[in-house]
Amino acid sequence: MSTTPGPTGARTALAQSGRSTRLLPWLGVVPFLVFSGAFLLVPTIKLILGSVQDSAGNFSLANYEDFTSKIVVGAFTTSIEISLVTAVAAAIFGFLMAYALISGGLPKPLRAAVLTFSGVASNFAGIPLALAFIFTIGRAGLATVFLKGLGIDPYDSGFNLYSKIGLEIVYFYFQLPLMILIIAPAIDGLKSEWREAAENLGASSFTFWRRVALPILMPSLLGATMLLFGNAFGAQATAYQLTGGLLNLVTLLIGDQLSGDVLHTPGKGFALAVGMIVVMAFALAAYAILQRRAERWRR
Amino acid sequence: MSGGGQPPLAPAGVMRSWLRPGGDGRGRRRGGGMRLVWWLVFLTGSFYFILPLVATFLFSLRDVPPTAAYTDLFQDPEFFSSFAYSFAVGVATIVVSVALVVPTAFWVRLRLPRVRPVIEFITLLPFMVPPVVLVFGLISTYSPPPLSLTGSDFGSTVLLVAAYVVLSLPYMYRAADTGLSTIDVRTLTEAAQSLGSGWMTILLRVILPNVRVAVLSGAFLTLAIVLGEFTVAIFLARPAFAPFLALLGTKDPFAQAAGALVSFGMTWIAMIIISALGRGSQTRISVAGAR
Repeated sequence: MSTTPGPTGARTALAQSGRSTRLLPWLGVVPFLVFSGAFLLVPTIKLILGSVQDSAGNFSLANYEDFTSKIVVGAFTTSIEISLVTAVAAAIFGFLMAYALISGGLPKPLRAAVLTFSGVASNFAGIPLALAFIFTIGRAGLATVFLKGLGIDPYDSGFNLYSKIGLEIVYFYFQLPLMILIIAPAIDGLKSEWREAAENLGASSFTFWRRVALPILMPSLLGATMLLFGNAFGAQATAYQLTGGLLNLVTLLIGDQLSGDVLHTPGKGFALAVGMIVVMAFALAAYAILQRRAERWRR
Repeated sequence: MSGGGQPPLAPAGVMRSWLRPGGDGRGRRRGGGMRLVWWLVFLTGSFYFILPLVATFLFSLRDVPPTAAYTDLFQDPEFFSSFAYSFAVGVATIVVSVALVVPTAFWVRLRLPRVRPVIEFITLLPFMVPPVVLVFGLISTYSPPPLSLTGSDFGSTVLLVAAYVVLSLPYMYRAADTGLSTIDVRTLTEAAQSLGSGWMTILLRVILPNVRVAVLSGAFLTLAIVLGEFTVAIFLARPAFAPFLALLGTKDPFAQAAGALVSFGMTWIAMIIISALGRGSQTRISVAGAR
């Protein structure tokens, strides 16, 4: 494209509209601000304000007293535990899998195939995902039936898909591909010069990994783990379909509030929702900070 | 999890033999052993990825006759009505999202670079507000009078689209902004203006065609997410596809299995289109999708 500026026409048009009023440029972002205000900021502020008011609208922290109750503590504990376990497990296995594909000497086409599949699988969640696992390792699932045929009944030896471990196995299905997608660029960014330099200075492989590669990768790995944590923490549909609300999770508890008597005792639900936002904010802030540190090594 | 102890030695051996294929025999042997481990990791992961899909497919074939699950599903009028509803909502979401995000990203780059961090922060907020919390906030805000939006089908659908637009903001904005970063916005705008174009023409005929690919991949991701989204739809009592699929089991579990696969196929098609658009956009991260 030509960069010769049309003599003065465009310049003056731009300048004039800027000079005529200082507020005019702001008009351009009004639709966006109005929309995000109306459907994101106001509802969020409404939840936060509602959580510190009693039913008469006076300031009160009574809603947060619920946070000492067994059910709320249990819900946060279970949600955090499931999110943490699936995040760490997926981070480790996802890293190994991405490493295998990128630097493990596997055929090149596999890499593209797995990355594309990961794009699909990380977005394949909720109802259909829960169903797929019910048909696989549910009580009448095909793998269960197959194992029973071999004389092993997983449900007799304590396994249950509709429990915490079951939910973790299912969450792993969208956590793992997300990890592969996030960490692949970081592994790609490990420069062979670094290894050569380390070797020239007499480093063993172990020393290289401990002193060079892992410190470089660590912010990416930890950041990814935080993102995965948030990913699982906010999940609702999968758990709803799988456990029918039997498992005590924060998202399911909020859902109960919402489908139950939300208009009568909304304060409780507001406090839960705010608690959830706080946990998510922590996880994602940690992700953002770690991600920035990781960027230092990339060009 | 025992991830810390064992691996460090292992990958190094492989990398060495991989970097220098003609290395000494000992190194190669070790590399060969490690390669076996990497194959094992890959095969384990692939098995886990594929098993649920295969099992669901085989389960769907257990109906009598084997194709009945699919014929029943496709003959279910509710399948089509719910799918059509979700599709229409998805298209509406994309239109609103693009109309909102592209001009904003353009304008911020051109005239208000100072507020860019603010806009970016807002577009990242949906990550912090999970769908169940968002729909909670929306219902609390718009359900009571005077607005009473949830009182009518139309009002509820408006809220549903609004919620999905909010959920699409992070990656839509990112897509538009990345697209804009590849062109010289200022020069193009000045050139168009000097030829007498108005803002509408500039947006539709200069800016949009230039960010088309980036925005299209965002659009297909949105479509995939909306088609499978359950939480917001169920609490707004909308006749969407995922709630239909969730309830189908009591009526016909085989058709439900078929439906789960159809849903997977939809996501697959969307992702294939995205990677065919060719922007490496598989790495687009969504933590606010249809979980």
